[in-house]
Amino acid sequence: MTVSTESASAYDVAKIREDFPVLARRLDGDKPLVYLDSANTSHKPQVVIDAVADHYAMHNANVARAMHQLGAEATAAFEGARDKVARFVGAPSRDEVVFTKNATEALNLVAHVLGSVRGSRQIGASSEIVITEMEHHSNIVPWQLLCERTGARLRWFGITDDGRLDLGALDELVNEHTSVVSLTWVSNALGTVNPLAPIIERAHEVGALVVVDASQAVPQLPVDLGSLGADFVAFTGHKMVGPTGIGVLWGRYDLLAELPPFLGGGEMIATVSMERSTYAAPPSRFEAGTPQIAQAVGLGAAVDYLESMGMKAVAEHERAITAYALERLQEVGGLRIVGPTEAVDRGGAISFELAGVHPHDISQLLDSQGIAVRAGHHCAKPVHARFGVQSTARASFYLYTTTAEVDALVEGLEHTKRFFKV
Amino acid sequence: MDLDGLYQEIILDHYRNPHGKGLREPFEAEVHHVNPTCGDEITLRVHLVGDTVADVSYDAEGCSISQASASVLNDLLIGKSVGAAMGLLADFQALMQGRGTIEPDEETLEDGVAFAGVAKFPARIKCALLSWMAWKDATSQAVTLKEDA
Ligand SMILES: Cc1ncc(COP(=O)(O)O)c(C=O)c1O
Repeated sequence: MTVSTESASAYDVAKIREDFPVLARRLDGDKPLVYLDSANTSHKPQVVIDAVADHYAMHNANVARAMHQLGAEATAAFEGARDKVARFVGAPSRDEVVFTKNATEALNLVAHVLGSVRGSRQIGASSEIVITEMEHHSNIVPWQLLCERTGARLRWFGITDDGRLDLGALDELVNEHTSVVSLTWVSNALGTVNPLAPIIERAHEVGALVVVDASQAVPQLPVDLGSLGADFVAFTGHKMVGPTGIGVLWGRYDLLAELPPFLGGGEMIATVSMERSTYAAPPSRFEAGTPQIAQAVGLGAAVDYLESMGMKAVAEHERAITAYALERLQEVGGLRIVGPTEAVDRGGAISFELAGVHPHDISQLLDSQGIAVRAGHHCAKPVHARFGVQSTARASFYLYTTTAEVDALVEGLEHTKRFFKV
Repeated sequence: MDLDGLYQEIILDHYRNPHGKGLREPFEAEVHHVNPTCGDEITLRVHLVGDTVADVSYDAEGCSISQASASVLNDLLIGKSVGAAMGLLADFQALMQGRGTIEPDEETLEDGVAFAGVAKFPARIKCALLSWMAWKDATSQAVTLKEDA
């Protein structure tokens, strides 16, 4: 019997890169693409592109309602993708996996339906919702809207100077008034990996529900939702080598079964008369209308791809490349990292400033050398305000990133400094 | 990629030493404009004396293009009549939206001609226009106020 080892040495980045056609592209001036924007969206391997194309080319039909052979094939492929995703994240049941269009819709869905609940879980003027200062706007605005609708109070965890969640006030912040705690697992701006366990434990102690934004976590870390302890988890396909247009809301089945629908329409009903309707069981209850069929099939292929590599190996590569980048970037004079500077409990997104050069200009200069980074507030304005900066440049890595690309970034930054004479 | 065309020395000079920066009194209208994609921001005040743009003062944060553009605007518009200033705005906008095909008139646009290269970088046009759009908004408000008075 062979023993599979997921050691870093067995991880062959060069070979992995061959799976991603776009990584072979050359840009303006015949510069090779150096793609350091995977926290924004990841690239897609050929197997994912093929799965989507093959679905449209050979099996296209609507799901659930088409009785013919193609309909059966499309339904099997769509539901098969749900099985794959459920297995990939260790969901106790496939019926806990709700397909949405992205993480943003998943978070809005959960915030909206929690706001419509009546009875003991009803959210009202005396309720509190707790988020953190490092959330993506997608995990801030839906809760602000919920608070506007219900009169609930929005509160948040602050951040320490080194970019970690400040849990000092945990017991005061999460208290008997708290209805929901919603937080990111891995920050897209700071890179911080948050300690979920103590927060989940405290939230459950006071009867609050926990929503985890795992948009940056599921792509990078081995995930086992069965043991995580959260009540709802959102993530998005396009950051995990899957297509755009597909996201996931996972929820504990007993909770999903209690919740009212989100959007009304086809597929989400049990029966409809002109006066009233009754609703399907989860997950269909939350999937009104023709779903993202081809995108789900693509996401299924994406999780197959990630599983073939092993998420432990992916996580180890991410850690190693992040450690290397943190070290190299700190050699650049005038560069300040916003977020943890050590590769401990840290994901592969590194936001930084360069003295005397605005992030927008940094990204323009890097782009002229084929290096793609993000500049701006990365949909996380409050965390930028917390660190007294208006915007940053951000380099982010993934399973196909090489140390040579990090070297190219460092060289590109030195070139940028020379260009702007700083 | 014509980086030197984008970052002309004139632009970098204005960026390093912006003209007329800071918020001043008196003013009739103040606006705050943001470029939501990158977060560049400007607070801009307009002071009119009769039909003349007597002062444009501003506080801004952003990239070299947006900062230099506010500085050039300050040079160009102060002292002009509202009508003439609106004409310069139209010229500058036409230059930005001309995809690099418009030959700017140095007589009228002065240092503003340095922005011709920006027109070839669609993602940066909004940077160059941020302060101009803020000025237009504030000036319309100031003019309306005067008419209502
Ligand atoms: C932490 C985090 N949450 C939510 C999102 C939103 O994802 P999407 O735009 O796919 O809905 C993102 C990415 O943009 C993210 O990084």
